[in-house]
Amino acid sequence: MNAVFYIAAAVAVVSTIMVISRLNPVHALLYLIVSLMAVAMIFYLLGAPFAAALEVIIYAGAIMVLFVFVVMMLNLGPQTVAQERGWLTPDMWWGPSLLAAVLLAALVYVLGSGGEVSVGSRAVDSKAVGRALFGPYLLGVELASLLLLAGLVGAYHLGRRSPDPQQRRGEE
Amino acid sequence: MATVPLNGVMILAGILFMLGLVGVLVRRNIIFMLLSVEIMLNAAGLAFVAAGSRWGQADGQVMFVFILSMAAAEVSVGLALVLQLYNRLKTLDTDAAARMRG
Repeated sequence: MNAVFYIAAAVAVVSTIMVISRLNPVHALLYLIVSLMAVAMIFYLLGAPFAAALEVIIYAGAIMVLFVFVVMMLNLGPQTVAQERGWLTPDMWWGPSLLAAVLLAALVYVLGSGGEVSVGSRAVDSKAVGRALFGPYLLGVELASLLLLAGLVGAYHLGRRSPDPQQRRGEE
Repeated sequence: MATVPLNGVMILAGILFMLGLVGVLVRRNIIFMLLSVEIMLNAAGLAFVAAGSRWGQADGQVMFVFILSMAAAEVSVGLALVLQLYNRLKTLDTDAAARMRG
């Protein structure tokens, strides 16, 4: 069954590389949805079906739909792709990529030197997660609800269509 | 029930986090930077779920739920800021926001 994990991991890595290298925002969003689906598959293999369902419903469903709505509202034309092509030159990306690759090599060395442990033999179902959420983590749930309320108020305040700056300057 | 190696999952989480980091550092379009932040949060959630699954405890998934709600709040405020930025400056270039006043 390890083959399923390696296939899902390869799909996740390749589609994430496509996300950060695409020029068109909508193509990047679609590749990111593929990547999230692959990670949901890995959650299921890890014995976390609740997290897998949340990944598909909230990440791939709700958050990506928000991104698609904003890209639609901005109404970006082909000149955006040309602008992106001008920004994404090799001398722009090779420095950060090289440094990140060095960090990743160190991380892989540290993680690979540990003992071989297999996970996923025992599933943690949604009942156990619910008992933990509303038991010892109750304060965290309240704080998360407060954070979501703050996000709602902030998005409402920032999302108002403000009057045109030139028009406002004319009134002054 | 299938089993997967814990080292492999952790290395995958590291690779995804690094890809998100490269995305934030390299791209200048603010929508791509927000997407890369989402990739990094997702990789952190993967590491939490794998660690919770290692000990057969629900705490990893609880942390994943918290990360998810944090990502939702962050994205809603971030995208509202993107719309405001585009309304005022008519561009998605993050460097254009450097001249922002008050």
